[in-house]
Amino acid sequence: MSEENKTQQEEPASSGRRSAIKKLVSVPVAGALVYGVYKKAQYDRSRRDLGDMFKLDPVTPPSAKEISSDGKTIRIGIIGYGIRGKQLLRAAGFAEPTVIDTWKEAARVNSNDTRYRDYMEQESLNIAVTGVCDIFDTYAEAAILSGSNINREGSDGTFGAQPKRYRNYKELLAADDIDAVIIASPDHWHGTMAMDAALSGKHVYLEKPMSWTVPETYMIRDTVKRSGVTFQFGHQGRQTDSYLKAKQIVDKNILGPISLIEVCTNRNDPNGAWVYPIHETANPQTIDWKQFEGNEERIKEYMDYMQANGLARYVGPEARDRFDLKRFFRWRCWWDYSTGLSGDLLTHEYDAVNQILGVGIPHSATSSGGVYFFKDGRTVPDVLQTSFEFPGNNLTMLYSATLASQRSRGKVFMGHDASMELSSSLIVKVDPRSTRYADQIAKGIIKPDTPLITYVPGQENVDAVSSATELYFAQRGLLYAYVNGKRYDTTYLHIREWVECIRNGGTPSCDIDAAFEEAITAHMGTRAYLEGRTMYWDKEKEEIVRG
Amino acid sequence: MNSYSKLQTCWLVALRFLIGWHFLYEGIVKVMNPRWTSLGYLMDSQGWFASLFHSMASNADTLGVVNFLNEWGLVLVGLSLIFGCLTRIGCVGGILLMLLYYMSHPPFIGSENLFMMPREGSYLWIDRNLIEIAALAVLYVFPTSKVFGLDGYISNFLKNKPSKAI
Repeated sequence: MSEENKTQQEEPASSGRRSAIKKLVSVPVAGALVYGVYKKAQYDRSRRDLGDMFKLDPVTPPSAKEISSDGKTIRIGIIGYGIRGKQLLRAAGFAEPTVIDTWKEAARVNSNDTRYRDYMEQESLNIAVTGVCDIFDTYAEAAILSGSNINREGSDGTFGAQPKRYRNYKELLAADDIDAVIIASPDHWHGTMAMDAALSGKHVYLEKPMSWTVPETYMIRDTVKRSGVTFQFGHQGRQTDSYLKAKQIVDKNILGPISLIEVCTNRNDPNGAWVYPIHETANPQTIDWKQFEGNEERIKEYMDYMQANGLARYVGPEARDRFDLKRFFRWRCWWDYSTGLSGDLLTHEYDAVNQILGVGIPHSATSSGGVYFFKDGRTVPDVLQTSFEFPGNNLTMLYSATLASQRSRGKVFMGHDASMELSSSLIVKVDPRSTRYADQIAKGIIKPDTPLITYVPGQENVDAVSSATELYFAQRGLLYAYVNGKRYDTTYLHIREWVECIRNGGTPSCDIDAAFEEAITAHMGTRAYLEGRTMYWDKEKEEIVRG
Repeated sequence: MNSYSKLQTCWLVALRFLIGWHFLYEGIVKVMNPRWTSLGYLMDSQGWFASLFHSMASNADTLGVVNFLNEWGLVLVGLSLIFGCLTRIGCVGGILLMLLYYMSHPPFIGSENLFMMPREGSYLWIDRNLIEIAALAVLYVFPTSKVFGLDGYISNFLKNKPSKAI
């Protein structure tokens, strides 16, 4: 205090009033601040009115039904326990113990790593794994172990009863103690297995794409429909809340007429280009190559098409009956087993668009591309562009893919009044030349090219007034993930919806019709690439025809 | 008796108002936005103390406390500087807050590439936070609030109270 007294101006005792005024010199400053805050709040309110104009309701994924805890336990068999099969069984609640070990360790080292916690908090689906089938012994044994991991434990855990291993999928389908099957085999087996499963009265969860050949596509649809089994098709994007939100935005016509949609695949690592590791225990003794080759009827359909259209150069080049580890583990690289970029990756993008817009099968498809980077003997292209025309919807969907660059490109819906970009978040920007919003743009109420709607999954409300920082995180999908709400794996939700429909009736969100549309669309893109000409869809006859 | 020139006083008071305004408005914005959270900022921390800030964000309870202290800390420091009320305490509080921001986002060489948050300006070791810390220190050692603020009343009150009691 004494130092302060020395340095501070002493008030003249004579002038009390002047001193009081000096002491209150802060008042105008505070007043100015209050006025500024009031004006700012007024401005924000006017922006929020704008937000109300675009008000969206909260979305709930189709799987959000309560799990019937007193319901019957559904007994599951899994066919195919490769990369995707492991992911599916894990999502269903039966993880490999080594994965649990890894997650536990990761959570110990880094407390922000919540994969283990999230996984353990995932509600049990009231299912049991009673049968597994894989034609590679090592995978089959791993499937048995995971199937018995009923308490989601690590390697030191206690396990339940082991599911039975079947060497042939038909034996698994014949088993009485299996109600439903998850099919995650290579593409060339999808349709055959799905049909056989439906014919055996087993409910089916089928990985994408639905079919490998065009002829089987019709047969699968008919068989599944006739059988009456509960069929869920493996596009877990149906559960993604930003897609559900996007559908609302499109339904409310916020974007105006959409003339162009761009969807992309951008990957840049060997794994993403299907160059998977070859397992050390794999050899002709541990792999049932005969079964891997495929169903004879399917192979005939495939060969007939290839030969009839002068596409023999895309077949093989190795003989189908020759044991080959590369072809076994990296089957996606060869048309002999694969559906290429169209079937593997375009299908996810297309299904998202179909979910949001309900476009159905395109009128035409034109493709180009080639094997430009991964010159490892593969026959399927690593760069592919396909443009799909939807004249009925007055729009083009452009699919553009490379497996040799990771430059991120989101799904973009280009409307006359606004565009919408979907990645881990959803962002709507008004077009500067919009007709519908011209007035608001002129008045400065809407700023074109700045995000008007930002939606971050996990955050309940859509935010029409985002700060720069929030937006920055939103675009990277980083914010709000750890605090608000619970985060779910969409594959889990997709399986959960299927299981609940089996128990309580109802049709899953990705049904056989959606699967049929997906498969035909992918085949049109593939055929356009292989044959080098435009493919058309004859709606009346339900046939792919040439241009 | 040492005293400031008019010009010195004028600029010291102006500096106090400017910093006070900055703190108060930053606080008000956060208090008024029910969805505001320091989560993103804390998670974005880099440097020696990053894990400390990450741990603050990792638990919803501690995060809530951090959010509350930060919001109201900013408001109180702002009010204290503008009204010249308990200004020295306000200065110390402001310096502590600013020091935390500086530690969480240190402007070290290369760190600009690590932060996810957009930063305006270019900094090398010295950033706005550090300058504001220094400015608060100046306000601490060159007080003006007894004449231009409520501290005059407070010190009078404290001075008079014991004398009455005797």
